[in-house]
Amino acid sequence: MLLALKYTPDYTLNFLQLFMTNRKREKLIELVLAFCALLTVLTTAGILFVLVSEAIHFFSEVSIVDFLTDTQWTPLFAEKHFGILPLLTGTLLTSFIAILVALPTGLTIALFLNEYSTVRFKNIIKPILEILASVPTVVYGFFALTVVTPFLQQIFPSMSGFNSLSAGFVMGIMIIPYVSSLSDDAISAVPRYIREGSLALGANRFQTSFRVILPSASSGIIVSAILAISRAIGETMIVAIAAGQQPRLTMNPMVPIETITTYIVKVSLGDVAQNSLEYRTIFAAGITLFAFTFLLNNLSYWLNKKFEKKYV
Amino acid sequence: MSSNFKRIARLKDQSFKYFGLFSTFFGLIMLAIFISSIFSQGISRIDWDFITNFPSRNAGKAGILSALAGTLWIIVITALAAIPIGIGAAIYLEEFGKKSRLGKIIEINITNLAGVPSIIYGLLGLEIFGRIFGLGGSILTGSFTLALLILPIIIVATREAIKAVPNSLREASYALGSSKWQTVKMTVIPSASSGIITGIIIALSRAIGEAAPLIVVGALAYVPFVPTTPTSEFTVLPIQIFNWVSRPQEAFLVNASAGIIILLGITFLLNAFAVYLRIKRNVKY
Repeated sequence: MLLALKYTPDYTLNFLQLFMTNRKREKLIELVLAFCALLTVLTTAGILFVLVSEAIHFFSEVSIVDFLTDTQWTPLFAEKHFGILPLLTGTLLTSFIAILVALPTGLTIALFLNEYSTVRFKNIIKPILEILASVPTVVYGFFALTVVTPFLQQIFPSMSGFNSLSAGFVMGIMIIPYVSSLSDDAISAVPRYIREGSLALGANRFQTSFRVILPSASSGIIVSAILAISRAIGETMIVAIAAGQQPRLTMNPMVPIETITTYIVKVSLGDVAQNSLEYRTIFAAGITLFAFTFLLNNLSYWLNKKFEKKYV
Repeated sequence: MSSNFKRIARLKDQSFKYFGLFSTFFGLIMLAIFISSIFSQGISRIDWDFITNFPSRNAGKAGILSALAGTLWIIVITALAAIPIGIGAAIYLEEFGKKSRLGKIIEINITNLAGVPSIIYGLLGLEIFGRIFGLGGSILTGSFTLALLILPIIIVATREAIKAVPNSLREASYALGSSKWQTVKMTVIPSASSGIITGIIIALSRAIGEAAPLIVVGALAYVPFVPTTPTSEFTVLPIQIFNWVSRPQEAFLVNASAGIIILLGITFLLNAFAVYLRIKRNVKY
């Protein structure tokens, strides 16, 4: 037995085998692997720890009521206000514009690829659409600032050089493949017999798509919309480059605004002393952002689980 | 009357077909417009000096050497940290802890992590690696932060690849007297390798394009040197581009387009390679 081991080319395992039995070695390896998996739980714990511990310091100096109701955000000015609302509306405004672009387009693509196009076309086009999601976001930000904004300014001459419309529009293009692939999953999960039943009643592809397929796939489509919103809320570089850096409580898509993510980037680029109140504002902003995306992601996860076995 | 209904229905059907075709290409057409405008602006700016010069206040003399070096450092260390941990975690979840309670909790947790905005990872890295581990705004801090960011992508892709390995292969290995770990190491992982590699490439190409978390952990905007150790300060290509975009002078926008051409070249090459591997794998099974 020992001789056989000696001539196995697997030296690392031999080394372990000298000291422990096979069963012990298997157990050790399993423990190491489990630790790798556990690291992801530690990551979540780390995020919660960092955000909560810094936010507690922040809220010991700034009242949470002011944080949620004050309509001004000026932590870096002489006269300080800590109202998250302007950042929040900025974030929601750009995300809303992005969804307005991505949801109809992505949904139409999913319906078209499933109900109209050939399987061959679908298989070719899907990886090509993924290109849209693989472009780095600084690049999209540059597009929004130097291509989309000048173009829109020809239509709306009063539009500012930084605005949420072009940032949101470009962000929408970026998340098209996200919506289309999630909606595609939902639509392809609708069983064939439902589709065929509709067609057998004399409905054409359009009527089948909108009166039968869409309602049947609605839960999955809602999930894709929620995940797209969550994605848009957390997007940083596009809005930091193209939407401006002026916190403003407005729903006007033509003027500069500031999102939560832009604010965090702005403070990180400046030199704010660690442990100062200004430094802690980025964690207060961060925990707000995290809370939103966490709720949306869990809502979609829950919806998915609830409707998963609808047709099985 | 009824024929009129039918005509309208057919009209809707036909128009939706063309609308669908248009929607499918809408994003791609936009991207094509963007990229062609970038090329016309930036391609003439790319020369050997642009690649070998340090950033400069003079736009005409500025280059991307320190940004390229930083990107290379970051990607290598991120890969070294994320690949073994990601594959290990995926093996545990698929082959060992599948039915355990811990496995279930970890699975939900990974779904959640995949949806956490990248800038939040930046805040995590800033506090944990930068302050508590005392690594500051170094390459190590940036790499570890990005490693945590791409871990869910690697884990999910590896699990998919492992799932696709037919059970008959595992049973054959057990029948030959292999232990569980030997089966995983010599049968499951080699069979799943092309899927795992595809996932790793996609994850790394995502890491190459990230700017936000690295800005938050304290990467610099102006780096006039090539980092020589992992504890050195750094910048990366996307941050260099962001820095140039934020300047008012036209000449820096030209630099930004030139930088973008190089960044896009790298990410598209990586993604094309991943698609190629995926197609090859589909033929295999």
